[in-house]
Amino acid sequence: MTQTTGEIRVPTRRSAELMLLVFAIGIVFCAEAIVEATRDGRVNSHLLTDSVVPLAAGVIAHLVIRRVAPYADPLLLPIVVLLNGLGLVMIHRLDLGLKQQSDDGTGPRFTGAAAPTQIVWTALGLLLFLLIIWLIRDHRVLSRYAYTLALAGMFFLILPSVLPARFSEVNGARIWIRVAGFSIQPGEFAKILLTIFAAAYLVTKRDVLSLAGRRFLGIDLPRGRDFAPLLVVWLICIGVLVRGHDLGSSLMFFGLFIVLLYVATERVSWVIVGVLLFAGGAYLAYQLFDNVQTRVTVWLHVFDYPDGIGLQVSQSLFGLGTGGLFGTGLGGGHPEIVPLPATDFIISSFGEELGLFGLVALLLVYVLFIARGFAVALAVRDTFGKLLATGLSFSIGLQLFVVVAGVTRLLPETGLTTPFLSYGGSSLLANYVLLALLLRISDAARRPPAPGKHVAAEPAHVAVPA
Amino acid sequence: MNRPIRRVAIAVGVLMVALLLNLNFVQVVKSDAYRNNQNNKRVILNEYANPRGSIIVQGTPIAESVPTKDELKYLRKYPNGPTYADLTGWYSLVYDKNGLEEAEDGLLSGRDSRLLGSRITDLLTGRTPKGGSISLTLNKAAQQAAFKGLGGRRGAVVALDPRTGALLAAASSPSYDPAVLSSHNLDSIQAAYKKLSRDTDQPLLPRAFQASYPPGSVMKVIVAAAALRAGRKPTTVIPAPTVYDLPDGGTMRNFNGESCGNGKTTTLIAALTISCNTAFGHLGVDVGQPAVEDEANLFGMDGQDFAVPLTVSGSTMGQIGNGSQLAQSSIGQFNVQMTPLQAAMIAAAVENDGTLMQPYVVQQELAPDLSVLKTTETHVLNQVLPSDLDKELQQMMESVVKNGTGTKAQIEGETVGGKTGTADNSDAQGRPLPPHAWFTGYAADPEHPIAVAVVLENAGVRGDESAGGEAAAPLARDVMKAYLDDTSGR
Repeated sequence: MTQTTGEIRVPTRRSAELMLLVFAIGIVFCAEAIVEATRDGRVNSHLLTDSVVPLAAGVIAHLVIRRVAPYADPLLLPIVVLLNGLGLVMIHRLDLGLKQQSDDGTGPRFTGAAAPTQIVWTALGLLLFLLIIWLIRDHRVLSRYAYTLALAGMFFLILPSVLPARFSEVNGARIWIRVAGFSIQPGEFAKILLTIFAAAYLVTKRDVLSLAGRRFLGIDLPRGRDFAPLLVVWLICIGVLVRGHDLGSSLMFFGLFIVLLYVATERVSWVIVGVLLFAGGAYLAYQLFDNVQTRVTVWLHVFDYPDGIGLQVSQSLFGLGTGGLFGTGLGGGHPEIVPLPATDFIISSFGEELGLFGLVALLLVYVLFIARGFAVALAVRDTFGKLLATGLSFSIGLQLFVVVAGVTRLLPETGLTTPFLSYGGSSLLANYVLLALLLRISDAARRPPAPGKHVAAEPAHVAVPA
Repeated sequence: MNRPIRRVAIAVGVLMVALLLNLNFVQVVKSDAYRNNQNNKRVILNEYANPRGSIIVQGTPIAESVPTKDELKYLRKYPNGPTYADLTGWYSLVYDKNGLEEAEDGLLSGRDSRLLGSRITDLLTGRTPKGGSISLTLNKAAQQAAFKGLGGRRGAVVALDPRTGALLAAASSPSYDPAVLSSHNLDSIQAAYKKLSRDTDQPLLPRAFQASYPPGSVMKVIVAAAALRAGRKPTTVIPAPTVYDLPDGGTMRNFNGESCGNGKTTTLIAALTISCNTAFGHLGVDVGQPAVEDEANLFGMDGQDFAVPLTVSGSTMGQIGNGSQLAQSSIGQFNVQMTPLQAAMIAAAVENDGTLMQPYVVQQELAPDLSVLKTTETHVLNQVLPSDLDKELQQMMESVVKNGTGTKAQIEGETVGGKTGTADNSDAQGRPLPPHAWFTGYAADPEHPIAVAVVLENAGVRGDESAGGEAAAPLARDVMKAYLDDTSGR
């Protein structure tokens, strides 16, 4: 599938992607086999479902990419399949542990395995992925719908806050929509929608925003009226925080927006202003909200509350410490002791059973994904693509940082999911959308210009028909 | 626009480095602290996840792991707990391990490297990994008789097979039930431990192995051995004054100021038979400190702790500074300290024609499938006397039981030798306490010989030397008889 353009042959790297995919599935297969050997003493049918589903998802996605995005980055898909597969393995392993705990009467009642649900979500995620990469043949189309997407994003974001608590509250955070047994965290989608909007918006406004206003303490401050969008986003984030008690998402949105603003305008002053605003907001939140104070108290004095508010984080640390350098081996530890081991604390589950070496390897896989994302941002030619790829890559990086820092007590715990790894439909679906967008942009970045057609070095943000 | 993108990428890289550094802190620097934090139950859960091996006596477990319904998968049970508590020790959530549970932990827990093969097989075949077991040398009948005979009095009984050194019984009293320290209930464990450890009768002390007492006249066997080695015969006439003026000041008398024989001299055999203090004080001084100390060393009293594999406190003659102290030490007073096991070793060596065997309690180490990993080989410790001289010592000890202080140890149809002891002692403030009653002896059964030592703390009456013969000898006889009846099928 190599196209030639004049003398230049650009390799598509699809075969590399397939090889890496097989390699990723091999790792997932071994991991699941180890879990079953350790827990049940023999290999059982889960080995098939937990490794065939990611394999099928990966191969189908691969075949479609061959057709509609042949020049896409070859690493992104195998990395996601690896993470999703390992997540499935760990969720299945935690099912076994939680069931055991329930049978022993030492944990909450086991209400049903999570792994099969996650498999369904994986399949749905794949469908959504295929849909997007098939339909959106040029990412620049998205900027045409920037405001529509923004509205949708805001709607998603605010919806749980205005719904009655019984539809939206889980564990004290009102960030859910619970309908007919399904729980969706719309904030995950809002994150992507608002990133698209921010990228599109900044492409048009970047010139205005980079105009210098007053100079203060050696910093060029932006003009006062240009503060407006920043203030609006800030207010929305604070609003979400107030209504939803969702520290993590609020931090995510704000960080994302500041970074995009900085990349668009190349002005450090926005970052400084943003950090100051965030610090002010955080201080305000700490003063006003009990749950923010609780999280900070737990962060500072986690071992003073081993059974109460500090239970989760202290058990997470105990798990990580018990794992030590090499870990207890998959299935050999007790990650189920940590409350919410498959969602917010799946990183400590991996840390306990794979040890420091395993967890660092896992984080490096994420670093690879993020690095490829930034490479796409650097390579793609249009401004919108650059901003969008930066935003998407940065959001993965920031989310990973906030999650891992939270469970390892580097920062207060905020309750975010680990992308691709954690149990949870909305997170998985949203991140498959993110993958589709990133692959689409990477395809644009590496695709050689069609022969005979002149392509501007930096095309306008206006959409090009797909 | 690429420059700010690079900077953002670098910033993310810095965040990732921060994560990795912090992970090193959590998983390496603080690893042990977190692993051993009292609120972290992971280590305990793992420890209790697999069944521990059993401790077996003649085919019956005295410690075994049984499956439970709670979070800790296996509970340690001790059928006949108090009878064997000084051997098994405990296996506790809070107070670690003790006794054989500790000494043989590698095998019992399954961590022993010899079990690596079976661990891998278990993994592949899906069996629950299990620890190995140990079978002990004990004889149930002897152990029961010993523990029952003690009847809660402070004291201990140790029985050995003189030819092999195998422990046949080791009972300590008062005892406790290891099950109360090995349960899964933290509160009840702590309450029980507090109560047991504060009890002034020290039920947690494995007296048979770790309590040291002045041996009193039991020491005379060693002095007699030294004398035989130095050329005395049982019939040799030795000085036995009613009052012995000690070489470096002080005097020594017999109990109640009695005289031995004619009040001036007696024979060596007669002196032992009636346990004459002045004769043995004088004899020790005559034979000399090096000869007495060397002999004591040969019998095992070298002051060194040893393992059977339970830790046994070292027995010693103590520092002897002059002739008066040597005389006192020769009748087992002054600084002489002896464990019940050491006393049994003395009788065992004499019975075994002067050959002292290394005591041991683990007969076999068994893999989880009960195949034998290792059978303990017997091991000669010392030749305490040439066998011809030892025969003379046997004759003397048998005289003690036949017509001396130890007649209560007689068993119909058996050749029994022994030595009584009534040991003066005092409390921590130096106030005299009632004497300890000792007996060490043997039944020289041609098929199943047995050596037994008995100590009963403060069981005598001050100034009365009959405690050893009256209180300790009958218990020794009961233990020997129980063993002989059991082995001969009577």
